Amino acid sequence: MSGISRRNFIQITGGAAAVSTLGVSNILLAGKSAGHVVIVGGGIGGATAARYIKRADPAVQVTIVEPNKDYYTCFMSNEVLSGHRTLDSIKFGYKNLESMGVKIVQDYASNIDAGKKHVVTKKSGNIAYDRCIVSPGVDFKWEMIEGLDAKVAAEKIPHAWKAGPQTALMRKQLEAMKDGGTVIIAPPPNPFRCPPGPYERACQVADYLKNHKPKSKVLILDAKDKFSKQGLFMQGWKKHYGYGTDNSLIEWVKGAEGGIIEGVDAKTNTVTGSVDEYKGDVVNIIPAQKAGKIAFTAGLVNDKGWCPVNQQTFESTKHKDVYVIGDSSVASPLPKSGYSANSEAKVCAAAVVASLQGKDPAIPTLVNTCYSVLAPGDGISVAMVYNFDGKKIQKVKGSGGLTPMDSSPAMRAREEQYAHSWFRNITADVFGG
Amino acid sequence: MKLNKKVLALLVLGGLSVSGNSMAGTPSALDLANTCAGCHGVDGSSNGPAIPSIAGVSPDYFKDAMMDYKDADGRYSTIMARIAKGYTEEEIGLMAGYFSKQKMVPADQKFDATQAKAGAKLHKKYCEKCHEDGGKSAEDDAGVLAGQWTAYLHYTMDDFTNGRRDMPKKMKKKVQKLQKKDAKGMEKLLNYYGSQK
Repeated sequence: MSGISRRNFIQITGGAAAVSTLGVSNILLAGKSAGHVVIVGGGIGGATAARYIKRADPAVQVTIVEPNKDYYTCFMSNEVLSGHRTLDSIKFGYKNLESMGVKIVQDYASNIDAGKKHVVTKKSGNIAYDRCIVSPGVDFKWEMIEGLDAKVAAEKIPHAWKAGPQTALMRKQLEAMKDGGTVIIAPPPNPFRCPPGPYERACQVADYLKNHKPKSKVLILDAKDKFSKQGLFMQGWKKHYGYGTDNSLIEWVKGAEGGIIEGVDAKTNTVTGSVDEYKGDVVNIIPAQKAGKIAFTAGLVNDKGWCPVNQQTFESTKHKDVYVIGDSSVASPLPKSGYSANSEAKVCAAAVVASLQGKDPAIPTLVNTCYSVLAPGDGISVAMVYNFDGKKIQKVKGSGGLTPMDSSPAMRAREEQYAHSWFRNITADVFGG
Repeated sequence: MKLNKKVLALLVLGGLSVSGNSMAGTPSALDLANTCAGCHGVDGSSNGPAIPSIAGVSPDYFKDAMMDYKDADGRYSTIMARIAKGYTEEEIGLMAGYFSKQKMVPADQKFDATQAKAGAKLHKKYCEKCHEDGGKSAEDDAGVLAGQWTAYLHYTMDDFTNGRRDMPKKMKKKVQKLQKKDAKGMEKLLNYYGSQK
């Protein structure tokens, strides 16, 4: 490509504008020129918001406060558990965002003072903002399961519901397990991050067992009586893992039949259910969830532990100029998914830029697309398009839905390929590259 | 398609809105297009071999494709029919305008140079008349072939040649001729398109 691309040109001119402003006065920089947006959390929502604010108006200063150096995507992390991909393949840094002019502060945001308009950090002091976007992901309700806390999860009973070291720990346990062992997966009650995730996980773990430890099995102890993409998952379990037969690699116990678990003994790997006790060789408890911690400290949550927002802009209904996106926000009917967070972040970024420019927010449009890989060469999906009725987000009638139950093997193979291409595109959209 | 429009018009006259629920207004072209990026890549240039780049397509091709996906008996797909049904004709027109103005980043992919060379000749003979400029052209209703992902083009040709998707009459004739003359001709063509940067 020759010369300067359109986007580079805007970046360069935007940068020049910022430099000249600096030369004139500090007040101008902090004040009314283009504004400073501080984003709490560099996950899917936060990183997308940063990129799309810069795309819309490169003169806006954007700072991300994120404690981790890298981000590991939750989506596709189940393929790390099965050994079909490496942990490195789901790891993303912030270099591309920095090259767009986004400032990364590697620190922990401990609070937001919505009155004084600054984010309180552990080591970097207070960071002043004109607008603040909070995208903290989920936190766990440890207290719902006796014997479980963050420490136990870090060392012995992984949730692996935030990817990274947790994914590595569960993979290590699966590799160390003897043939003939039981892998307990305990999905949480609704609502939670990635509704089809635990059931895709059952597939990926079963795929590993099938190839390496065929006398073993996956035991799903579910808090619920039904789950996302259930028909398609069960069809896949039957096809690939003998579900329903004596030699099934997957067994599912629903909540009403004793699936709800109340406690765990990490020493003996024993799980206490409402009816029975179960012993596992690998125990993966995905605890019930709520908004990320800072949402509570900053007073952004409702009585259910999630953050209510204006669904046109994602501005918090609790605090002015603070926006909440991703899993923590009440964006229903959107599910708590990576694609939703990405889509919400774009709506929010546009609304924040409009607000800084003194303009009215745009009419939002959103999409969710979510793939699950049931086995090598077999993928399924769910999709939905959303529009805005003037007050809230709604599903567009007649759009979206699941892979049909009678989809041919050739089309299911395509969906698996689409899943992997989707991964490459969404991660480039979020982190650049 | 024409019949469908008539039915829709009747529904509107009867007091029902086209999409089945009321909307506050029409989103901007940019905001609509941005929702596609998660799957089709930033500004429509895909990083994933199975998903096509939609940057630089002709507005006519984009509109035809989306309206065809919307149609109950329309273009064959796994997921696009479910997504296309979420948009009005006006919104599809806005997206078409946006993506047609984006520059397609050619796919960074492997190809067989010998086959690509043979494919270039076949292209001239069988395809150039509609897919002009070596398949780079985005005119009228022709899709951009040069620099498109080979894996995606494989799916497309598989659908065309197995009757899952209707070929335009002219194309059907040429494809049948090619297949008769050279059983590996399609492979050569796809290597040619995949080789273009």
